[in-house]
Amino acid sequence: MKILVPVKRVIDYNVKVRVKADGSGADLTSVKMSMNPFDEIAVEEAVRLKEKGVVSEIVVISIGMPQAKDTLRTALAMGADRAILIEATTDVNQDIEPLSVAKILEKIVEEEKPDLIIAGKQAIDNDVNATGQMLAGLLGWGQATFASAIEITDGSALVTREIDGGLQTIRVKLPAVVTADLRLNEPRYVALPNIMKAKKKPLEERPVAALGVDIAPRLKVVRTVEPAGRSAGVRVASVDELVEKLKNEAGVI
Amino acid sequence: MSVLLLAEVHNGQLATDAVAKALSALAPLNDSVDILIMTGEDVGAAKEASQLDGVSRVLVAQDETLAHGLAEPSAALVLSLAPGYTHIAAPATAYSRNILPRVAALLDVMMIADVTAIESADTFERPIYAGNAVQTVTSTDRIKVFSIRTPVFKAAGQGAVAPVEILRPIVDPGLSSWVEETTIASERPDLTSARVVVSGGRGIGSKEYFETIVKLADKMGAAVGASRAAVDLGYAPNDWQVGQTGKVVAPDLYFAVGISGAIQHLAGMKDSRVIVAINKDEDAPILRIADYALVGDLFSIVPELTEKL
Repeated sequence: MKILVPVKRVIDYNVKVRVKADGSGADLTSVKMSMNPFDEIAVEEAVRLKEKGVVSEIVVISIGMPQAKDTLRTALAMGADRAILIEATTDVNQDIEPLSVAKILEKIVEEEKPDLIIAGKQAIDNDVNATGQMLAGLLGWGQATFASAIEITDGSALVTREIDGGLQTIRVKLPAVVTADLRLNEPRYVALPNIMKAKKKPLEERPVAALGVDIAPRLKVVRTVEPAGRSAGVRVASVDELVEKLKNEAGVI
Repeated sequence: MSVLLLAEVHNGQLATDAVAKALSALAPLNDSVDILIMTGEDVGAAKEASQLDGVSRVLVAQDETLAHGLAEPSAALVLSLAPGYTHIAAPATAYSRNILPRVAALLDVMMIADVTAIESADTFERPIYAGNAVQTVTSTDRIKVFSIRTPVFKAAGQGAVAPVEILRPIVDPGLSSWVEETTIASERPDLTSARVVVSGGRGIGSKEYFETIVKLADKMGAAVGASRAAVDLGYAPNDWQVGQTGKVVAPDLYFAVGISGAIQHLAGMKDSRVIVAINKDEDAPILRIADYALVGDLFSIVPELTEKL
């Protein structure tokens, strides 16, 4: 069984985001970039399925800057077998929209014919939460989003999903798209020998133009601003003072 | 122009608060709004939806395959109605996040997620980078598919009577099937629509002591929330998580107890009207955005507060 895992290079989780003065977006120049945390969970899940003997090959793919090679190398060091980089931009500030990403992935799926795609549920930059669902729709495949557990049995995946108010379990026929939620697993730390080994694993670079997919953005950015801040209020000295303020000043109780 | 608004029904219950808030969010479009209910239950929820102000029609598809929000049959049904609409929207919930992007892809349009303001028929405001930036985008697509971050809007009123029409369900493509659901039945108000939310964080220290947070919430008729740290430590279940990857809330009153105020948590609650922070740490970032801050020992403050409220 073959798994395809798309991974995105995004601003590192711990970096404070600053908005560019011209309002076109966040300033990503000379900022630390890492693999999208949800994609890391997706890679980890694929590797665990391989370790269980359920999966024979893991292909990781990234779409974007040439530097996304580093992100793919990380995925290879975690245990993926080979990587594909679709070079779609040389501008770190140009985000490829989920619809375009899904269309590019659709082309690659036609070539690679994976049995399962595990994607992160959302990228922490544009926060759209759409690529996996869009890809499943374009392929006409079933989908199981926001997974917190995956079990592969006889041509289907039994997936526990995080929904509002609890958990839902569904069975989805393979091939299918599953998107990873936060609690699916805890990604491993990559050991140095694996980083060295990953350098020898195959990484294919391809220009997006050759795929014949229109990636012109559908959304035009009008402006980007910092959110309105909240200023600190008052310190209260005791529970009595707090209760008094909530009653008489804020009027909320 | 007209709008199709998806309304979630779970165990026969309409998500009335979210739908009512979505209706006011849609007001700037100045369009007729049809509500779409996809349900496996009887159609009682439709009557409730028909009484919300600003609804033109309520369309109901009732079929076993639509009972659990499975993406493939639900998206297929929405797609069959799409040609009649310029906008397809839903409150931003796990339900709609599962269905709407699939619909958008099959219409060859981009998904616009978590809209916090509608500027015009094609221009929308939405948070990015976990709310660290707010972006306004103009869509060039012929149909706009978007989800609405409803907690930031006031609920539309009730008292209208819109006609209810029953739709013929579509054929389920049979790609997925429902197995089971473990939802915790609770007497407490829903986290995203509660007037008061009491949340606990790492500072609570244990699952046992988290019960004091629950007691405080119950005393106030409030919903219970948690920080990601508290959920990861097993103090509270996943679906109580407030923040970037959890739920976004905007109650009248939000208590952050033992929560330091990581940016991911603030993203989920900073639109609350009044924020109270209770923390033992003088330097906790949450104190810088709280309207009322009380620094001290949680283990004496929380029971005392519960008693005195």
